Amino acid sequence: MSAADKSLADRSRRRFLARAGVAAAGLAAGVRFIDFPHANAASDPVTGARRWGMLIDADKCATGCNACVTACNDEHGIRGHGRPETDAQWIRKVTLREKATGRETSLPLMCQHCENPPCVDVCPTGASFRRADGIVLVDKHSCIGCRYCMLACPFKARSFVHENLSDQKSWSPRGKGTVESCNLCVHRIDEANGRIPACAEACAREGHKAILFGDLKNPTSTLAKELVDDDTQELRADLGLNTGIRYEDL
Amino acid sequence: MIRRLHSVGVLLGVLLLSATAAAADEGGTLLPVIPPAAKGEACVEPTDVMRRDHMHFLMHQRDETVHGGIRGAKHSLVGCIDCHAQLDAQGAAVPVNAKGQFCESCHRFAGARMDCFECHATVPAGKQTSTALPDWMSPPTVSIASTRSPGAD
Repeated sequence: MSAADKSLADRSRRRFLARAGVAAAGLAAGVRFIDFPHANAASDPVTGARRWGMLIDADKCATGCNACVTACNDEHGIRGHGRPETDAQWIRKVTLREKATGRETSLPLMCQHCENPPCVDVCPTGASFRRADGIVLVDKHSCIGCRYCMLACPFKARSFVHENLSDQKSWSPRGKGTVESCNLCVHRIDEANGRIPACAEACAREGHKAILFGDLKNPTSTLAKELVDDDTQELRADLGLNTGIRYEDL
Repeated sequence: MIRRLHSVGVLLGVLLLSATAAAADEGGTLLPVIPPAAKGEACVEPTDVMRRDHMHFLMHQRDETVHGGIRGAKHSLVGCIDCHAQLDAQGAAVPVNAKGQFCESCHRFAGARMDCFECHATVPAGKQTSTALPDWMSPPTVSIASTRSPGAD
């Protein structure tokens, strides 16, 4: 069990009774709106007025469902080469198992879009960077493929492209020799009217609605309200990364 | 005297140009034959400006797009491909870096390698690739894995 898993498990144990109490109180899960409070010209530069993030409700994430992963692969043209150890993976399903009780939790794990991203700290060329609106990206024009960022990431969120690629998507350039990871579907966010990331869209389409996307800085967004109302947590909070992706009911 | 030499030089240049143009017309290889844009009347800049400076436009805009999130500005690589990818007989788009196509023909002539298409799409969004990859992008025929037999270590 890695340190991250252990931390999560400890947290989970501490919370077990609290969660049971909440469940007994019958806190009804409200209808989860996926809002995109967003209207900007595609020609405007992004600013720090927004910070995009997600809240992932592990209770709603269905074990065995892979819709978010499939949607991500389709959206970004990610195809395997029959080598699971090195094939690119922008989002993956992880199952946490509490040893004491056997309780299993299923959740999607991807780039956590940290406010203090270790990948950016270690990048020797400045290719790893955090956009003004909080999205952590790789500028593949300056990525030299050294993979320091992959080692630095506590979430193993990044992949390296080992093979020549073809038939890339126009909106998602990918190529051999560069590192890549979840970009929060930045091409969708940058559209004039904005669209939510492919994983969140697929999850809602499947009826699970476990992934809520929104603006962390806008107090009226559904996301910000849920973060106030619900007991949510970030992964590896001990590292002080202030992640943009938050989890609930782990 | 200098002026005279100059005018001789100009005359020679004109003669040479017309000779190379004639060679290109006859299917020679002295000048690149650039396919016309598949759609649109005019480029985002005059042709001579684009020929000289397109790489600077692209590099400037890519930084604004990747770091600043600015989309839809006029010097976009996707925009180039949308107009300049030819359609084959079946209506499928031909990659702009395939032999004799818009980008490849000039770059082969100039001896300048294009790195853009190691990552970027070579056909407009939603259009099928109709021909094979250019040879420099194809995977090597002998892979490292296949040259090592199991148990050789």
